[in-house]
Amino acid sequence: MKQTLFDKVWDSHVVQSIKKGPDVLFIDRHLIHEVTSPVAFLGLKNRGLSVLYPKRTFATADHNTPTINQHLPVADPLSRNQLKALEENATSHGISYWGLGHKKNGIVHVVGPEYGITQPGATIVCGDSHTSTHGAFGAIAFGIGTSEVEMVLATQCIMQSKPKKMRITINGSLNRGVTPKDVALFIISKLTTSGATGYFVEYAGEIFEQLSMEGRMTVCNLSIEMGARGGMIAPDEKTFKYIKDREFTPKGTDWDKAMKYWKTLFTDEDAIFDEELVFDGCKIDPMITFGTNPGMGISITKNIPKAENVEGGKSTYKKSLDYMGYAEGESMLGKPIDYVFIGSCTNGRIEDFRAFASIVKGHQKSENVTAWLVPGSHKVLESIKEEGLLEIFNEAQFKLREPGCSACLAMNDDKIPEGKYAVSTSNRNFEGRQGPGARTLLASPLVAAAAAITGKITDPRTLIY
Amino acid sequence: MAYDSFKILKSTAVPLPIENVDTDQIIPARFLKATERKGFGDNLFRDWRYNQDNSPKENFILNNPTFSGKILIGGHNFGSGSSREHAAWAIYDYGFRCVISSFFADIFRNNCLNIGILPVQVSAELLSELFEIIQIKPNTEVEVNLKKQTITISTTGYSEFFNINDYKKENMLNGYDDIDYLKNIKKDIQKFAEKTPL
Ligand code: SF4
Repeated sequence: MKQTLFDKVWDSHVVQSIKKGPDVLFIDRHLIHEVTSPVAFLGLKNRGLSVLYPKRTFATADHNTPTINQHLPVADPLSRNQLKALEENATSHGISYWGLGHKKNGIVHVVGPEYGITQPGATIVCGDSHTSTHGAFGAIAFGIGTSEVEMVLATQCIMQSKPKKMRITINGSLNRGVTPKDVALFIISKLTTSGATGYFVEYAGEIFEQLSMEGRMTVCNLSIEMGARGGMIAPDEKTFKYIKDREFTPKGTDWDKAMKYWKTLFTDEDAIFDEELVFDGCKIDPMITFGTNPGMGISITKNIPKAENVEGGKSTYKKSLDYMGYAEGESMLGKPIDYVFIGSCTNGRIEDFRAFASIVKGHQKSENVTAWLVPGSHKVLESIKEEGLLEIFNEAQFKLREPGCSACLAMNDDKIPEGKYAVSTSNRNFEGRQGPGARTLLASPLVAAAAAITGKITDPRTLIY
Repeated sequence: MAYDSFKILKSTAVPLPIENVDTDQIIPARFLKATERKGFGDNLFRDWRYNQDNSPKENFILNNPTFSGKILIGGHNFGSGSSREHAAWAIYDYGFRCVISSFFADIFRNNCLNIGILPVQVSAELLSELFEIIQIKPNTEVEVNLKKQTITISTTGYSEFFNINDYKKENMLNGYDDIDYLKNIKKDIQKFAEKTPL
């Protein structure tokens, strides 16, 4: 039978199929962090169970960590407690642990690929919904809840029904100033935040083939924002080149063996999807969100849509705009901005900082803007220094912080104050996501950079020479 | 037994007619710092329920004593966003055992089932009828019968069938969870792991 990429990976991991029930799915690799794992370990303890395969789980501290003075003890006692729990749980169960200050520390979805934990054809889960990021390598990767974290620790399996399959094909090429983030925000604006619920998405077509691995990660990362369980892209030479010789990827003959399998990972011609969508890559502009979910995005040059033209969430549209302090029909260009956040597992990798630097170089940060530049990992931080980007940032009056999730979910001190506007390269613009009362506008690193130097929403294409 | 079993629930309900309620609203990230599953109910819908000075917001439904019960009714696409199970814990800890909507986000639905909250997906018509009737008559009781897979509005007798897979249904009826099941097939899992390189 003709199979999709998703079928191939899913079916090869099914330990057992329960009639009129879920599949028991074997999980190759499990990532954990301090926020969604402590209760899972507590559950294990209460049941008198141990971790079945500790070498398949990897722990990093990221959600709760400060982004300045990481060498000092964490000030907030609750955060400190959670970080301590992660360290104790990981070390006592023999799980590799990359805590605060460790040179491999960083956001879970940034370090996974950096060290080759993420591989084609693998099943990867983590108690964080943006686990979909790892799908960029042709893995089945998705977020799970804490009960499932406990399940994976105890049994290396989870029980889930196989989702339906959707393919999103985009051909053509991207216009100047259009980034992978814009592609993703464009798709979500078309599908709405629930348009892919119940589906696993495969991205196909020239656009995704042309994207770098980091660009593919950004797109797959945002799959969850249209409700999808996850998103994936078939591995190709770019993928193999990226993962070769990373710490946790196979070496020598194991590599050759793995390559043989990985090369079978593509959707067979004539394989059938439950849903197929096709878009034209040339029609995508730099995007920005104006509302309180990631589906509320438009081309940066367009005006905020009228309620009558909105699909999905109509009854709460006004509530959303009120929260943002915006009105129907207004132009986004020129709206004042107070904060800029560049970082997160969506856009906190080296290419994102390069993009940011390409715009701010030779300019000055707007005096009205507070900017937080937070690398996704120590490795990203090192590259920023090595490549000379730090000098560009410093000359333009930007300060670099230390790695972590930071203002993506504002669990640490990096909170946008009530009522303030932030252009963010992260993934969610929900009410209060970046701090109580904070108003978030999701955009690419280029749009964020343009806002940071002009103090308002600006089309980055006017600043690219 | 991992949680209390769920058979029949007859209760008044709390209506929250808002679409796309995400888990950041159900429980904001700053309340995720606990290392135990305790006390999350106090912060359920924190920023919709309380002002920043912790005074209650009068318009919010949970602050309105007219509405109460063990059933929460939410708008379309309930529970989107973050995978935080804390959202389901907060709903459970507050006292809800069942959430009704016309559409649920995937991870949230799984999280509910895993901790013993029954997510019931109903037609858009029934959902708007529920919102309307409960607005007018807050003491309207709703009966959720898991065995029969039906939801019934007691005043009108209107009833609708809902879907749940047999496995999950059995689990809920008995209060078992997935780990109880997986423990019993450990040998199969180990065999599988052997042929799956790290
Ligand atoms: S950066 Fe944001 S989305 Fe990514 S892992 Fe951290 S909290 Fe989750």
